[in-house]
Amino acid sequence: MSILVVAEHDNTSIKAPTLVAVAAAQAIGGDIELLVAGKECGDAVKAATQIEGVSKVLSADDEAYNHSTAENIAGLVVELGENYSHILSPTTTSGKNFMPRVAALLDVQQISDISGVITEDTFERPIYAGNAIATVQSSDATKVLTVRGTAFDAVSDQGGDAEIEVLTAKHDTGLTVWNNEEIVKQDRPELTAASVIISGGRGMQNGENFTLLEGVADKLGAAVGASRAAVDAGFVPNDMQVGQTGKIVAPDLYIAVGISGAIQHLAGMKDSKVIVAINKDEDAPIFQVADFGLVDDLFKAVPAMDEML
Amino acid sequence: MKILVAAKRVVDYNVNIRVLSDNTGVDLNNVKMSVNPFDEIAIEEAVRLKEAGIAEEVVVVSVGASNCQEQIRTALALGADRGVLVETDEEMQPLAIAKVLKAVVEKEQPQLIILGKQAIDGDNSQTGQMLAALCGFSQATFASEIEVKEGSAVVTREVDGGLETITVKLPAVVTTDLRLNEPRYASLPNIMKAKKKPIDTYSPDELEVDVTPRVKTLKVVPPSEREAGIVVETVEELVDKLKNEAKVI
Repeated sequence: MSILVVAEHDNTSIKAPTLVAVAAAQAIGGDIELLVAGKECGDAVKAATQIEGVSKVLSADDEAYNHSTAENIAGLVVELGENYSHILSPTTTSGKNFMPRVAALLDVQQISDISGVITEDTFERPIYAGNAIATVQSSDATKVLTVRGTAFDAVSDQGGDAEIEVLTAKHDTGLTVWNNEEIVKQDRPELTAASVIISGGRGMQNGENFTLLEGVADKLGAAVGASRAAVDAGFVPNDMQVGQTGKIVAPDLYIAVGISGAIQHLAGMKDSKVIVAINKDEDAPIFQVADFGLVDDLFKAVPAMDEML
Repeated sequence: MKILVAAKRVVDYNVNIRVLSDNTGVDLNNVKMSVNPFDEIAIEEAVRLKEAGIAEEVVVVSVGASNCQEQIRTALALGADRGVLVETDEEMQPLAIAKVLKAVVEKEQPQLIILGKQAIDGDNSQTGQMLAALCGFSQATFASEIEVKEGSAVVTREVDGGLETITVKLPAVVTTDLRLNEPRYASLPNIMKAKKKPIDTYSPDELEVDVTPRVKTLKVVPPSEREAGIVVETVEELVDKLKNEAKVI
């Protein structure tokens, strides 16, 4: 049984969610091969060979795979697909984009965002914004799965010794042209990988006030997140959103500031180890999941906390 | 051009769902049902394109039991022109829905198909991508901005690091993200008018689509509960507990 994991990378390194997908592949059991598709991604291919538990790295370096265009990546994965019992990718926006396309072309019902492996054909996944956990069994010959980034312990990106196979197949549908991107630059740890996160909600009142959180974040080495209310109000960019439709996080410490705790927000953070809520409304639902709650005005509490750290 | 939008009937987003005690699923009896919020955004976008003179007709399709008619009527009240219901009592999974939608696409020949990026019940985020694959169309998922031009659409997508803009050839499938637009409310006169708009009904058999589920749900359980926490009185106490009790800072 061979498992193909489609890696997410930035041409020079392999991104952390891929290491979680490899861990899920190990839980399934079998020979694990990693596909690195991109343009001028030689460094990422080299980094991929170091990942623990990977036996082979497939390198597809071509203009067609630049920017992970779904139509082209899917064509490539489908061509490789028949050799594998399982095809996995992390549940990132990129994985969510091309994997269902792969599944449909293979005539397979994909299982999205698995949070547990029971057997090689049976998996657990959250439904209804994480308010229920379903155990599902696939009857398809090839299992196409995306893996929840917080559900498995990432494998090490060191110590592996995989061989490299260069692929020459070129899939270019020409259906989509990539124009440009606006990537939000920040020096903080990535939200999905951070061990401490401090998030702000509507209670922050405006974007400038998020600098209050940054002081605490700096001292704790934390990432800064936000609720949908804060994003929709234009306080902060959408890539900071934690929740059912944003990023799913599970840090050691999650500090929710001025966030009421709607179902959709809890879906993105309630697997955090320790949850702290700072809110002046003592009836806010966030207090029902918080390990430590402080009923206070955030504009007093956050600066005080900053000073104490 | 003609735009096809899909609307799924789901448990209203405000409802706290309850897992059935026999662990076969989620209790849907006497629970408020609505149009999936992402599909409302899809309908709104299609109606705006019609109002801007870019689209001539907006057709709304729903796949499921006969009561999905309610969600089609909602879409008609929001400005869609007519409805298509593919009626089935089978449990419909994304691949089967995509196959049914492909058959509808072949009948209707839309230039643009707009779906929600995910349904808030199954949280799969698959149907749009699968439909695009089966039709051989281009796809633009998680759209926060759509600009339709001659023969193509420029779509801004929400991706993990920020935003990216792509140009897709029409016909294309677009899936909506939350920030694409703010859906309108249906007015009473429009709700009355929507009752007169036509809805065509098909069965998957008539469309020659095999909708047998590929994935079997063995059980559904509630997530593990978090133990109740404590309320601290001061910031000092909070920081002390995080340092010495929880040992997370």
